[in-house]
Amino acid sequence: MAGDKVKLLGFWGSPFALRVEWALRLKGVEYEYVEEDLSNKSPMLLQYNPLYKKVPVLVHNGKPIMESLVIIEYIDETWKNRPLLPIDPFERATSRFWAKFVDDKFVPLIIKMSSSTREQKDKVAEEAREVLKTLESSLNQNKPFYGGKILGFMDIAVAWIGIWAPMLEKIIDIKLLDEEYMPLLNTWFRDVLEVLVIKECIPPLDKLLAHYKDYYDRFMATKSN
Amino acid sequence: MAKKSEIKLIGTVASPFVNRVQFVLNLKSIEYEYIEENLACKSELLLTSNPVHKKVPVLIHANKPPICESLIIIEYLDEIKPDVHRILPSDPLERADNRFWANYIDNKFFPLYEEMRVTPGKEGKDAIKKRIIEGSVLLEEAFIKFSRGKTYFGGDDVGYLDVVLGCFIAWTKFTEKNNEFKVFDEVRTPRLVEWVKRIWSHEAVKDVIPGNEVLVNFYMMLQKYRPPRAV
Repeated sequence: MAGDKVKLLGFWGSPFALRVEWALRLKGVEYEYVEEDLSNKSPMLLQYNPLYKKVPVLVHNGKPIMESLVIIEYIDETWKNRPLLPIDPFERATSRFWAKFVDDKFVPLIIKMSSSTREQKDKVAEEAREVLKTLESSLNQNKPFYGGKILGFMDIAVAWIGIWAPMLEKIIDIKLLDEEYMPLLNTWFRDVLEVLVIKECIPPLDKLLAHYKDYYDRFMATKSN
Repeated sequence: MAKKSEIKLIGTVASPFVNRVQFVLNLKSIEYEYIEENLACKSELLLTSNPVHKKVPVLIHANKPPICESLIIIEYLDEIKPDVHRILPSDPLERADNRFWANYIDNKFFPLYEEMRVTPGKEGKDAIKKRIIEGSVLLEEAFIKFSRGKTYFGGDDVGYLDVVLGCFIAWTKFTEKNNEFKVFDEVRTPRLVEWVKRIWSHEAVKDVIPGNEVLVNFYMMLQKYRPPRAV
């Protein structure tokens, strides 16, 4: 829409900001990306998201929208070209369910993993693998993307795992995305992340790894004191 | 549109998440068959319908696979019968605002009640009370913003946030009595106090709200199967 002003407040290392960018790019929406320093949050971020003070925040013609999945649905409803969610209400409910499932179950386990002893880490990793296996069971062999031939809501909501899980495996020395037990998941993530519009805004993996490793090492240092 | 037994709702009468789906089914005049579940001994139907979470509510529509998660069920119902008592507004920004606050209520506010139950000692409980009270002030501000001077979050009639928050009223009153404090207070949250009275007596809501005995029984079950933390 001509005259639209769209701003995305994000952090380069955040999977939640990344998936909002994927949504904007798939829709062909022009936006201004504003990088936030999370150790020194801008007045703009604090003004737009006073409750959580978190990124991402989408600002559309001066109005803020928060929480990445809420933002993605907002994007889908505002720019009606190239729909992200399926049309059928039941399929929409299914997409929403699995996206929420990943956010509610997988994300807390990843956070828990960095705060545990070696023994606890293995236990938490096992729980995380169970979550991924459940997600695997929802996939259909015959579809490259969740909805079929075209990238949709579920693909962009969840594909960040294909980047973050291998990275965490290296940093924490645990196994998450097991090729043998989760072949469909591995293929699915690979296919999504190969799509040009998705690939071109993935942050450099070595930079991402260094950032999270540093964060993890500093966190573990405080734990052992 | 939906004939009786074309829609089945698996639930438990003490669950506010089940209650909110029932509010919506009533508001939209959707007939449904209600199946009460005993959470201490889950039925085969529940375990096969919601193998992922094994939780209620679960909605089964005709011969489609089950739909789980109350907020997702509500949006589904709104989409299959959009012309009768629309729950979410049509404007994308208002929808986003509504969804944001629903997430706050479900993920930040309501869990405080359970936190209160499992936290031992007066000091611990007082800290949670403080957080609940802070939350109530945020919700009062949200009510002012959404209602725009009208009766409900949804305006002239019950809308999404009325249903999302309204289902917790019975448990709110229970928690207040159990812990001797007020979640919603005439001085601090006057509009919400008024709103509670209205929602409590709304025809789509009043027959669904569980009685105190149901809550007491459920509470005893929680105390037994998920006992409070040790001091």
